[in-house]
Amino acid sequence: MTYKIVASQCTGCSACEPECPNQAISEKNGTFIIDPVKCTECIGFFDEPQCVAVCPVDDTCVIDGAYPRYSA
Amino acid sequence: MEGQVVSLASIPTPNNGKNLEEIMQQKAEHQGCGTQGGSGKASCGSGAGQGDLAPEIWEKVKNHPCYSEEAHHHYARMHVAVAPACNIQCNYCNRKYDCANESRPGVVSEKLTPEQAAKKVLAVASTIPQMTVLGIAGPGDPLANPEKTFRTFELISQTAPDIKLCLSTNGLALPDHVDTIAKYNVDHVTITINMVDADIGAEIYPWIYYKNRRYKGREAAQILTDRQLQGLEMLTERGILCKVNSVMIPGINDDHLVEVNRAVKSRGAFLHNIMPLISAPEHGTVFGLNGQRGPSAQELKALQDRCEGEMNMMRHCRQCRADAVGLLGEDRSAEFTTEAVMAMDVQYDMESRKAYQALVEQEREATAAAKRAELENLAGEYSDVKILIAVATKGSGRVNEHFGHASEFQIYEASSEGAKFVGHRRVDLYCQGGFGDEEALETVVIRAINDCTAVFVAKIGGCPKSALEAAGIDAVDRYAFEYIEQSVIAYYREYLDMIRNGDLVHNQRGDAQIRQGAYTAA
Ligand code: SF4
Ligand code: SF4
Ligand code: SF4
Repeated sequence: MTYKIVASQCTGCSACEPECPNQAISEKNGTFIIDPVKCTECIGFFDEPQCVAVCPVDDTCVIDGAYPRYSA
Repeated sequence: MEGQVVSLASIPTPNNGKNLEEIMQQKAEHQGCGTQGGSGKASCGSGAGQGDLAPEIWEKVKNHPCYSEEAHHHYARMHVAVAPACNIQCNYCNRKYDCANESRPGVVSEKLTPEQAAKKVLAVASTIPQMTVLGIAGPGDPLANPEKTFRTFELISQTAPDIKLCLSTNGLALPDHVDTIAKYNVDHVTITINMVDADIGAEIYPWIYYKNRRYKGREAAQILTDRQLQGLEMLTERGILCKVNSVMIPGINDDHLVEVNRAVKSRGAFLHNIMPLISAPEHGTVFGLNGQRGPSAQELKALQDRCEGEMNMMRHCRQCRADAVGLLGEDRSAEFTTEAVMAMDVQYDMESRKAYQALVEQEREATAAAKRAELENLAGEYSDVKILIAVATKGSGRVNEHFGHASEFQIYEASSEGAKFVGHRRVDLYCQGGFGDEEALETVVIRAINDCTAVFVAKIGGCPKSALEAAGIDAVDRYAFEYIEQSVIAYYREYLDMIRNGDLVHNQRGDAQIRQGAYTAA
């Protein structure tokens, strides 16, 4: 599994981008997206997913069920 | 620009029969009474806004439109929004819009890259020679985006070293960046401090993001207040001027702000700016949605008065939107859209800016001299009558705005001690149809300045004049184009005379409303 950003909620504030330990987050048309290949759910780096912790809008960085759980 | 130089010089000088030279002469003679060395301003409490600031601080702030209430008539500041990310959540803020620290929720600022921002600053500074201060504030926290913020400062200081740099922060990341702030010669930092007690903080801040973790509640507020006060101490140790902003939230931190005032003063903040909470459901903030109200004009003034004995209060902050450009309530940001700026060929000419600013200095001296002269007429008067006067002005310290064109009014308190600026009231949104056509402008203005005895304007039509009169507000146009403070004192003297002669009975005016919404004057 990986995290994804709900585009309709993202304010484009960019707070998440520099916090991601895997540089998985980038800007696309004013909002931000997560590269599912790069996202590790922050496992191996931090106790909580950084994008979730910093995002000002609740339930915007959420688990993307379309991908299998990440394993290190 | 040439045109503006001419227009400044052609402003009529005060017509009490003195030319500028005589006034300057009078000013020089007047400097005997307690002038503080080095400041170059007479300081018998009637100077040009110095108040009780130390001379070296006054020297740094006297041309800063945000910090010197007198300078904000003559100089302009601009903000650029380069730092959209934030590291805390405030209940008065909805980050879909602007940061509420300096600007109000409800208006979206344009996001700029540091390169775009630097070019915009130079374009504005070349067009508006009064532009002397660049601030980086919201939306977001400049120190949560340190690369973008400091890159912008670096670019500007290379080309335009005469522009003062300032930034506003919530303080959480401040201790980590104090040395960089010193390195870029940032001379003013504003920290928004709404509490020094974590229990109160928990009601204002739902969470913070700190050291790769989200903290909530009391724990979050404790970290935030510790970091804010530590950052403040570190800045003042390095001689960087520090202002504190507080948002007054009735029922949550209103009484507590007296304690905040003491805490920040003892750590060296030179100015404390208490601003009203701006909160309406349509802003989508937590406070807007849960019905938390903002203070009335009277409540705000009472709290500012309580804190004033302790330190300098800043009463003229107009909570501009973050990308505002211009003088006083003016906003010329529409002339400087990113598109327009990028197409401009900007030539930064420091010399012509200096020449223009020298003229502004003459104008300021004349204003201060006129006020002192008028004060002398008041000498020997003692009265406990205090009245508030609203003034329509577009800058230069004069009554020079038409009633119907005013987007805000400056409020002065007149007493036997003289004229004191105590705040401003904005009416722009109302006139733009915010309340529908059935509500006439004068009704809207009356609500905003209902606590005032008189309103000074350059010109006013018959209808609004009688509407104001019916509400008990004297609409006065006989001071058109005169200096504001001089006129306020003169009016007050006449007012006392009328009471004495039995022509008038003084009665206390009611309260007034603080307008809710971002500053958006076009
Ligand atoms: S969960 Fe962690 S790794 Fe994945 S996008 Fe968010 S910050 Fe990056
Ligand atoms: S922190 Fe949240 S709102 Fe901000 S850019 Fe990232 S996903 Fe969007
Ligand atoms: S919001 Fe206040 S501090 Fe900022 S520019 Fe406006 S007046 Fe100055």
